[in-house]
Amino acid sequence: MSGKPKLHYFNGRGRMEPIRWLLAAAGVEFEESYLEKKDDLTKLRKDGSLLFQQVPMVEIDGMKMVQTRAILNYIATKYNLYGKDLKERALIDMYVEGMFDLNEQLMDYDYLPADKKEQHFANMMDKATNRYFPAFEKVLKDHGQDFLVGNQLSRADVQLLEIILMAEEFKPDILAKFPLLQSFKARISNVPAIKKFLQPGSQRKARERPENVPKVLAIFE
Amino acid sequence: MSGKPKLHYFNGRGRMEPIRWLLAAAGVEFEESFVEKKDDLTKLQKDGSLLFQQVPMVEIDGMKMVQSRAIANYIATKYNLYGKDLKERALIDMYVEGMFDLNEQLMSYNFQPADKKEQHFANVVDKATNRYFPVFEKVLKDHGQDFLVGNQLSRADVHLLDTILMAEEFKPDILAKFPLLQVNEWRVLMDNALERTTDLNWLRNRGEWEGEERSDIQNNQIC
Repeated sequence: MSGKPKLHYFNGRGRMEPIRWLLAAAGVEFEESYLEKKDDLTKLRKDGSLLFQQVPMVEIDGMKMVQTRAILNYIATKYNLYGKDLKERALIDMYVEGMFDLNEQLMDYDYLPADKKEQHFANMMDKATNRYFPAFEKVLKDHGQDFLVGNQLSRADVQLLEIILMAEEFKPDILAKFPLLQSFKARISNVPAIKKFLQPGSQRKARERPENVPKVLAIFE
Repeated sequence: MSGKPKLHYFNGRGRMEPIRWLLAAAGVEFEESFVEKKDDLTKLQKDGSLLFQQVPMVEIDGMKMVQSRAIANYIATKYNLYGKDLKERALIDMYVEGMFDLNEQLMSYNFQPADKKEQHFANVVDKATNRYFPVFEKVLKDHGQDFLVGNQLSRADVHLLDTILMAEEFKPDILAKFPLLQVNEWRVLMDNALERTTDLNWLRNRGEWEGEERSDIQNNQIC
């Protein structure tokens, strides 16, 4: 038993990616067990490992945790990435929930049928540039600090960097109108643990390849 | 300024309902400002009150909080409904997230087109009776305590009661196979509401299931 958290999911981003980012930012090494076919999911269900029959599931501190937000809340609190008091936590939660909404849209794109992609793309780019990024640009502008909340690194910064990089994969100049987010991106990318996670060969996952999509969908049908 | 939290949403359950429940369970009186037409939403958006241009929004403790989970987390922590330590919080979060998933499905029934309703109904009943309720029945059975986590009332119990009552509106005998959930429902209700009659009144009068009509606002997906 290694004592390291063990992540159960398919070998792709999906709902597990924010968890990988947060563990990495906290400097916590983790192992991964990949679901490759439906049988793998069935096996986990049958041995009672999945509270609601679903992944993500993370074995951590003697628990088999499920539900992305529950897992993230636990990791963020344990590793001090959740603000110093209730008010900071409220801000972090608001920002992070907005990021989850955008993340959902970015994540869904690669698994959509071809005829739905164009509309979805337009929608998510519109939300990113007119709803979400302006809100975070304004937060940084209003307090003039390096981090979103409480003048120190929190899960909000980690998750924002994650979605900025994902959005840029779709539209490389998506931060054109957001100078503070551009400098934020550079700054947070340089946090040592995060810089390490951004190196090739890390456990950060790549965008889904089209030829893999049917295989992934088959696991969950 | 009354000092009471003020809830901005349309006059219906939607994503505000868990928040109403939590405030009521905590014995906190609150005001509501209903968004009735698109102009009402536009006004809130224009005066910068909505961080992501969406409701729910709750004015509380000098903040204009948005995002239903952020709001619920804040209220639960402030009023001691979130467990006593990290491990209890982890359990509460896992259970509550499952409940929110089921709530989503219950709530979305009324927005299904007519030809999809029957399938959706079957799906929801299946998930409730085969995925979610068995889990909570087992939690109660395994520890034998009155409340889901930590032997005291938490948001997990409050959200579960909300979910159970909604599911029973769907299918009145949906708890037939879950004797412990049947008991738990009334224990929580009585245990806390007896001391706070306003809360009991609120529970009696709480919002009706949305009708077939959809307002413009719902169509524009304000939540």
